[in-house]
Formats: sequence, structure tokens, C-alpha cells
Amino acid sequence: MIIDVLLFAAARDLAGQSVCTVQIAEEATVSDLRYELIRTCPNLKSMAKVLLVAVNNRYAGDSQVLCEGDSVACFPPVSGG
Amino acid sequence: MLSITPDPIDINRVTNAVRNHRAGAVVLFLGTVREFTGDLQTSSLNYEAFEEMALASLEQITFEARARWSLVESAVIHRIGPLELGDIAVAVAVSSAHRGPAFDAGQWIMDTIKQQTPIWKKEFYADGRAEWVHPVHAVPTPDSSRSTSVITSNESDD
Repeated sequence: MIIDVLLFAAARDLAGQSVCTVQIAEEATVSDLRYELIRTCPNLKSMAKVLLVAVNNRYAGDSQVLCEGDSVACFPPVSGG
Repeated sequence: MLSITPDPIDINRVTNAVRNHRAGAVVLFLGTVREFTGDLQTSSLNYEAFEEMALASLEQITFEARARWSLVESAVIHRIGPLELGDIAVAVAVSSAHRGPAFDAGQWIMDTIKQQTPIWKKEFYADGRAEWVHPVHAVPTPDSSRSTSVITSNESDD
């Protein structure tokens, strides 16, 4: 399936784009998505370890399985306030 | 009242949103843009939010706080876009029957926003440098609060 990953803040700046489209297998996990994301946007490699993933507006752990139509975002640790 | 907005924060509006006859205490917290963090001199900040998730996060945080401290009302406004020194970046207002829960809930809401709500600040320094501020060692777990520590203390509100 194809997923448009939204990028924010330093992740977007590093990637040079606000959306990164990745292709992953059916029943792929967040961990698989991370791998594909770095492969598709190699500039993100330097912050790969700190990147957070949110699926449908909730933080997602690496073992979470992705479904067709999921809304996925990837971003660095937050710093509001 | 929960809002992510590029407009200046109206502190009367956010305070009045939580005033209520059932409340004997109103606590308002303002996070403002500070000039000096140690030797670093800030000239301005720029905030960015993942708005859809940030609003969902604020809803979840205030829902939890209202239940935990039996709050009467709660309100959070976070500003995004360019901010100058002294500007209000965030306002948290809560009301409760007595002052103890209002102080505690206000502190907890602000701490939790800083850990969980997807908003980021880019700091522009007086020497011309600019950088995104973000904590390190953040561990994403979907089921519990994330523990974070901060690289430097250059935050607007503490």
C-alpha cells in the first residue's frame, strides 16, 4: 500500500518536503514504515533515532500494524510551550 | 476553549472562558518568549503545529485533567507562527472549587503539553543562528506518557 507520510518541523526541513510518499507491504508495521521512510528520504537518517510516528493522530509504537487509509505523520520530539 | 492560532492571545478571553459560579479559584498560566537562556540571546521564535493532532492532544490532556482534579472549566490556547520577545506563546486557564486543584492541574496540563502535544519551536538567536529546539531521549509509547529530557533549557516558559 502507498502511504503519504506528513513531515513536520526539523524533519520537514531535513527532507526538503512536507510529504514523503512510501510504498510498504500489506500489514507492514511502523518499524517497516520507518525503514522505507529513511530509504526514500535519506536526509532523515541523521535524526532517525529520535523521530516519532503518529498514526491517526495518536503516537504509535514500532510494532503497530498499518492499514490502508491510515493517516501517518513523522516528526522530531515536540517543543511547544 | 481549545485553540491553536496565529493570532495574539487575548488573556481576558481565555480567563473568562473558565470563570464560573461553581469555581472559587481561577489559575492562569502564560508561557512567554524569554530573551536570555544562559548565555544564549534569543531574538524571536517561530512555532509550528501539526494542528489536527495537536487539538486532539489538547482535548485528551484537558479531559484527563478535568476528571483527575474535578475542574469546573479548562482552556488552552497555543499560538503558532512568528513571535517576538515577551509575546505570549501559550495560555492555560483552569477553574476549580478551591485553589489547590487549580494550581496542580494547571502545572500538570502545561507539563503534559510540553511532553506530548505536536508543536515545535524554532529559535532565532541574536547572533544570526537559528535552530529547531527539541528534547532528546524521547521514547514514543502509545499507551503512556513519554519521558523526555531537554538538551538545553531554551524554552519560552521555564
